[in-house]
Amino acid sequence: MRARVFVTLKPSVFDPQGKTIVDALHSLGYAGVEDVRQGKYFELEVAAESTDKARSMASEVADKLLANPVIESYRIEIG
Amino acid sequence: MRFAVIVFPGSNCDHDAYYAAKEVLGQQAEFVWHKETDLRGADAVILPGGFSHGDYLRTGAIARFSPVMDAVRTFAAGGGPVLGICNGFQILLEAGLLPGAMLRNRGLKFVCEHVHVRVEQTDTPFTFACRSQQVLRMPIAHGEGNYFTTPEELRRLEQNRQIVFRYVDPAGVATDESNPNGSLQSIAGICSERRNVVGLMPHPERACELSIGSRDGLVMLESVVKAHAAGTLAAAGSASV
Repeated sequence: MRARVFVTLKPSVFDPQGKTIVDALHSLGYAGVEDVRQGKYFELEVAAESTDKARSMASEVADKLLANPVIESYRIEIG
Repeated sequence: MRFAVIVFPGSNCDHDAYYAAKEVLGQQAEFVWHKETDLRGADAVILPGGFSHGDYLRTGAIARFSPVMDAVRTFAAGGGPVLGICNGFQILLEAGLLPGAMLRNRGLKFVCEHVHVRVEQTDTPFTFACRSQQVLRMPIAHGEGNYFTTPEELRRLEQNRQIVFRYVDPAGVATDESNPNGSLQSIAGICSERRNVVGLMPHPERACELSIGSRDGLVMLESVVKAHAAGTLAAAGSASV
């Protein structure tokens, strides 16, 4: 089963890379892109009997390793 | 006094720390590989700078799970002095031995230069021999040194006097220009609530001899030697773990 984990900086945390990317887009003429937040994306191949179990394992590894709870939050999609 | 210098895959300031402790200060020093589980009777532990595990995922995020970190955690819990320099500081943050996290530098550039920091607290084992508000000139070399923490945690750090170093100008004033990476409140280094674990982004071990530009960092390592000699370090910190 595949679990997808999306890790992003919390809204309260300044993202210097996102800011640089949005500035670059503006200089390319994309004034309509108002903001960019850069994040990380992980694909986990999980051996689990149910989507619930896959989700709980993905959540556990996200808490433990993939995301730093001080600055980041995450979202999980299964399948 | 015995220093243990922890070596992670990708550490690159381990020899600088070893040299400063052994050759400059004339103390005993030993390298301890990150797979080891014993600090071999060390009186002080240094987590050196570098790029442990290639900085993959986040700086320090993989190193915190190295087997030796259990021994470092036990040593710190017993009051033993632990110094995290640059990547070592990042590892201490990821390991939860110090509060907060590092973000990419404000200007996105890897910053490699000499900076000035002001000693805000002198009651840690690594600032014991410093004067209050003493300004030290030391090099920095990092891409992720932009210290961040929550407003609540920042209040706790201030209340408990855990902010040990701030980036300042040569006159000792913290300005926006003197903040090389965008760190919250110009924070360059902090200590644990118990004060025995200290982390900072500047490199004191690379500022121990005038021939390499500065010897301002030496006072930090002299501090722990003096604290050890004066017996002010926790007894448990001296025990083999």
